[in-house]
Amino acid sequence: MTLGGAQETVAAGMPPPLIAADGREPLISIRDLKVHFDLGGGSKLEKLFGGKGVHRVVKAVDGVSIDIFPGETLGLVGESGCGKSTLGRALLRLTEPTGGQVFFRGRDLARLSKKELRQHRRYLQMIFQDPYASLNPRMTVSQIIGEPVETFKLARGRPGRESRVRELMQTVGLSPHFLKRYPHEFSGGQRQRIGIARALAADPDFVVADEPISALDVSIQAQIMNLMEHLQRERKLTYLFISHDLRAVRHVSDRVAVMYLGKLVEVADAKVIYRDPLMPYTKALISAVPVPDPEVEARRERIVLQGDVPSPINPPPGCRFHTRCPWAIEACREVVPPLAEIKSNHFAACIRISPEEPDIEKVAPGDAPGLRNPGHRAVKILRH
Amino acid sequence: MSEERTPQVPTEQVPNEEGRPTRAVADSDPALTPRGTPPAPPVRPRAGDEIHAFPETAVGEGDVRVPEGAQVVAGTSLWKDAWKRLLKNRLAVFGMIVVAIIAFASVLGPGIIKRATGFEYDTIPADSNLVRSFPPLTAPDGSFSWTHPMGTDSAGRDILARVLQGGRISLAVGLISTLVSLIIGITWGATAGYLGGKVDDLLMRIVDVLYAIPYMMIVIVLLAFFGGQSPLYQIFLLFAALGAVSWLTMARIVRGQVISLKNQEFVLAARATGVSTPKIIFRHLVPNALGPVIVYATLTIPSVMLSEAFLSFLGLGVQAPYSSWGSLSSEGIQNIAIFPWQLIFPGVTMALTLFSLNFLGDGLRDALDPQMRKF
Amino acid sequence: MSSQNGNLLSVRDLRTYFETEDGTVRAVDGISFDLKRGETLGIVGESGSGKSVTNLSVIRLIQSPPGRIVSGEVLFHGEDILSLPAEEVRRIRGKRISMIFQDPMTSLNPFMRISRQLMEITQLHLGHTKEQAYEHAVKMLETVGIPEARARADSYPHEFSGGMRQRVMIAMALSCEPELLIADEPTTALDVTIQAQILELIRKLKEKTGTSVILITHDLGVVAGMTDDIIVMYAGKIFEQAPTRELFAAPGNPYTKALLKSVPDPAHEEGTDLYQIPGLPPDVAHLPPGCPFAPRCFRVEEICRREFPPFVQLNAEHFSLCHFAAEVYAESSAEREAKGGVGR
Repeated sequence: MTLGGAQETVAAGMPPPLIAADGREPLISIRDLKVHFDLGGGSKLEKLFGGKGVHRVVKAVDGVSIDIFPGETLGLVGESGCGKSTLGRALLRLTEPTGGQVFFRGRDLARLSKKELRQHRRYLQMIFQDPYASLNPRMTVSQIIGEPVETFKLARGRPGRESRVRELMQTVGLSPHFLKRYPHEFSGGQRQRIGIARALAADPDFVVADEPISALDVSIQAQIMNLMEHLQRERKLTYLFISHDLRAVRHVSDRVAVMYLGKLVEVADAKVIYRDPLMPYTKALISAVPVPDPEVEARRERIVLQGDVPSPINPPPGCRFHTRCPWAIEACREVVPPLAEIKSNHFAACIRISPEEPDIEKVAPGDAPGLRNPGHRAVKILRH
Repeated sequence: MSEERTPQVPTEQVPNEEGRPTRAVADSDPALTPRGTPPAPPVRPRAGDEIHAFPETAVGEGDVRVPEGAQVVAGTSLWKDAWKRLLKNRLAVFGMIVVAIIAFASVLGPGIIKRATGFEYDTIPADSNLVRSFPPLTAPDGSFSWTHPMGTDSAGRDILARVLQGGRISLAVGLISTLVSLIIGITWGATAGYLGGKVDDLLMRIVDVLYAIPYMMIVIVLLAFFGGQSPLYQIFLLFAALGAVSWLTMARIVRGQVISLKNQEFVLAARATGVSTPKIIFRHLVPNALGPVIVYATLTIPSVMLSEAFLSFLGLGVQAPYSSWGSLSSEGIQNIAIFPWQLIFPGVTMALTLFSLNFLGDGLRDALDPQMRKF
Repeated sequence: MSSQNGNLLSVRDLRTYFETEDGTVRAVDGISFDLKRGETLGIVGESGSGKSVTNLSVIRLIQSPPGRIVSGEVLFHGEDILSLPAEEVRRIRGKRISMIFQDPMTSLNPFMRISRQLMEITQLHLGHTKEQAYEHAVKMLETVGIPEARARADSYPHEFSGGMRQRVMIAMALSCEPELLIADEPTTALDVTIQAQILELIRKLKEKTGTSVILITHDLGVVAGMTDDIIVMYAGKIFEQAPTRELFAAPGNPYTKALLKSVPDPAHEEGTDLYQIPGLPPDVAHLPPGCPFAPRCFRVEEICRREFPPFVQLNAEHFSLCHFAAEVYAESSAEREAKGGVGR
C-alpha cells in the first residue's frame, strides 16, 4: 500500500486525522461529508395553494468527519433516521454525497469518475441488513458469490470461478454442496453468510456492514458476529459496523461513533464510551439498553428521554439534541457544538463540557465550560 | 430435512459433514479449515467458561442444514417452484389442458376434416339442396351421420370446420395482439421506470392520456377508416388495433416492477460490487420483473379475444369468408330460434377457451406470487 | 367469577397445530402455566418457538385453517376460554384481556382519527356515550404520556411517530382497564430510547392499575427488568420456567444458559468472547426424535437424541425440560457461588 498520494493530499489542506493513535495512517478519511435530500417545497406557487411555504431539506448526513484505521472496527450507532445508513452508503457512493470528501488510498472517492469508481469498488464492499432482500432470488448461490469474481476477473474461466466460490463458501461456514441452490432455500443466518461471502469475493480492504445482524434470531446473531470477527482477523479487514444495537456494537467494535440527526456527537474507544459516556445523548442511549441481568436492572438508574427524535427535515438549530436533553441550557439552542477532544482520544460534541470539566453532572447549573474553548465561539460566529 | 425424518442416522456423521463441529471431529473437518489457511488461534479466551465447549473455529460452523451425499445438490429455482405450484392447482391444469386441446384442434383440425369429409371452412356444397342448415350429426335425409358433428350453417358449410378455423383466427388475434402489447409495454415501461425523472413523467403522461380515450372507440374508428379493403387486410388491422391499445396496462405494470426492484437491496448490492448497468438490468431486474408480466400477458389474451369477438359481432372485425368465434356467433344469433346449434357451438367453444385462459392466468398469478410462498 | 388459588389465568396442556404443505407444524405443544393477579410473566424465545402462537391461542385469535387448537384449557377466572361461545370470547377480548402487537404502524387503522379508534372500544365494551367516550379517550392519551393530548386526539395515525403510535396502542389496550395485558414484542420495532420510554410506561401503568401482564419478547434484557416469572420456549415447548432472578442466576436448562451467554452483555466487562449456539433454529415441521435442542446443545449425550427429555422440577418454582436438568442447575449454582457474590 503506497500512501504517498494520501500524504500529499493531507498537505494540500486536509485537516489532520481526528485520532492519530500510534501515528497510524487512516485507511479511510471522511471530511465534512454531507448528504442532503432536497424535498422541494417553499416555492411561491406552493404558498398560493395553501402549502406551508417551507423549503424542505433532509440533512441525513450533515458534516461528518472521522478517520477509520486499518484493521479496526468502527461501530456507528444511532436511532432510526439519524443518517447512519446513509453515511455508510455515501462512503461507497451508493448514495451521492452532497459535499465533503472521502479519502481512500489517497484518492477522493467522492470525485472519482464512474469508471474509476467501479474499479475501486473491489476494495470497498458492503454487507446488507436484510438477508431476504439483498440476494437476487433468481440467481443461484454460485452466481451470487461469483458475480464480483466475474466482474473484477479474479478467476480464470468458469472452473476457476467455481473453485473460488467453493472456497468462499467454506470460509463463511457454508457447505459447498449448496453451490447450485437458490437463496429462498436457506435460513436467514445462512443467507447472511452468503451476503458476507459475496462481500469477501473481491477481497476487499474495507467493508461497510449495515445492520448485519438486526434481522436475525438471537442465537444466530452471535454466530454472525463471531464469523465477522474471525474473518477480520484472518483477512485483516476494516469494518464500519452500523447498528442500532448497542450491545452488539460494543461487542464487535474497537471504537464507537454515536450519531444523532446527521451529526457525530461522540467518538471514543468502545469500552470507554460504554463505561464513561460524556455527551448527554450517549448517556441516555447507553442507560436505555436493557441488561440481561435482573440484579443490575433493579439497581440501575435510567435516563429516560422525553419526546421523540425530531424529524431530520429542517432539524432543530444549535445542538440538535437540545429538544430532548435534560441538561440543555439557553446557549444550546444557538451554538452548534463541534466534536472536541474532551479526554484523550475521546471526542464529544457538547458545549456543557470541556477538557477541564468533562463530567456534565458536576458542571455548575447554567454553565457552559465548552464555550470558553475558542473553537466553539468561532462556530457560533460562523452560524450567526 | 430428510435427515431429521430418519431417526437412525448416525448423528456423529451429519454434523461432521455439514461442518457443524463437535469436540471430536472439529480439527479434521475440512469445512472448518479453509484451504490454505491455518486454523485460527483461539481468541480472547474466557476464563472459567465451562460452557465454551466448541472450539473457536466454530465461526466456520456451517449452519447448513442437510448435506445429501457428497454431490452438489442442485436447488429448485423459483421458476421450477412456481411450475410445481401451478401443477398442484387443479383449475389451472384443467385450463392448460383445455387450451392445449383447442389450440391443437384449431391448428390440425381443418386439415383432418378436409381429408375425412372434403369440407373446408368455406366449402359450400354444389348441390343446392344441401345449401341449408342441418342439425348436428344429421345427414340430409334426416338419418344419423358423422359428416357434420356440429351441423351446417345456412350456406351448408360445416360448422365444426368453421369453428376450428375461427379458433385459428381468434387465438392468433389473442396471441399476436398480446405479443404486440408485450413488446411496446415492456420497452415503454422499463424505459420509464429505469430512467425515472422527466423521461418517466413524459412517457407515463402519454399513457395517461391514451388511457383517458375510450379504447373501443379508437379501434372502431381505426377499423371503420382503414378497414373494408380485403378480409385478410381487415384481420391484420385488427391485430394491430387491439395490440396498440392493450399495451397501456402492461407498460404500467412493467414500470412499477422496475421501480420497486430498482430500490431492492440486491440491486444495490450489485451496484456495490461494481456490476455494470446493462448487467444489472438483464441479470437482476428483468428476470425478477418477469413473473407479473407473464401473468398479465396470460390474462390479456382472453381479454383481447373477447374484444375481437365483440368487434366481429358488431361486424367490424373478421369478415366473410374468414370466420372467427365472434363472427360465427354473430351469424348464429340471427337464427337462434330455428338453428340454435349455429350459436351454441362457437359460443361454447369460445366461452370454454376464455374460462380456461382465465383459470390459467389466475393459477399463474398464485404460483408466481412470492407472497404465496409458505411462511 | 371466582378465581382459583389466586390465579388470574391458568393454561393447561395447550396444543396448537398448523397444517402446512410440509406437514403438521406443532407450533405450541403442551404448554401449561399460571399467572397470578398483578404479576408479569415473560415469554422468551426465538422465531418459531411458539411464543406468539401461545398467546394468540389464549385469546382465540388463531386463524383457522391452517391453525387449530388441538387440546388444552385456558382458565380465565376459572372459566375455560376455549370452550366459551365465540360471542362471549369477543366480550372478554379487548375488555378484560387486551393485546399490544409488535408493529404500531399496521395495528392502527390509517383512515380513522385516533380519538375515534379509542372511542370505539369504550363505546362497545363500557357502553359509553359519545361524549363520555371522547373524554375517556383524551384521558387515556394523557395517561400514556401523549403531550397536548386533547389537541392531538383528532389526528390520524400517520401524523404520529412510531413511539407515539405504540403509546396509542397501549392507551387502546388499557382503556377498559383490562385484567390482563398481553404485549407481543411491544418494543421490537422501536428505537432504544423510545423502547426505554415504553417499558417505563408499561411498568408504571402496571403499578397503578394492578393489571397482570404477559410480555413476549426475544430480548432477554427486556424481560430481566420487567418480569416476575419467565418462561423460555423452544420448538413449541416450555424449556424452562422459573422466577426471573432465579432463571438468570442459576439457569437449569442448557438452552437458557447458551442463550444468556450468546447475548453480548456490556455491563460485564470481563469475558467478552461471545458464545454461539451452533446450527439453526428448529424446523418445527420436522423435529428430530428426542430433545429438539439436542442438535445444537453443548452437553448433548446419546440419550438426548433418543428420548424426549422429562420436565424436571428443580425447586418449588423452577422447572426445566432436560435429561440433565439437575446437573445443569447444580453447575449454574456452583458458578454463581464461584463468582462470589459479584452479583450481589
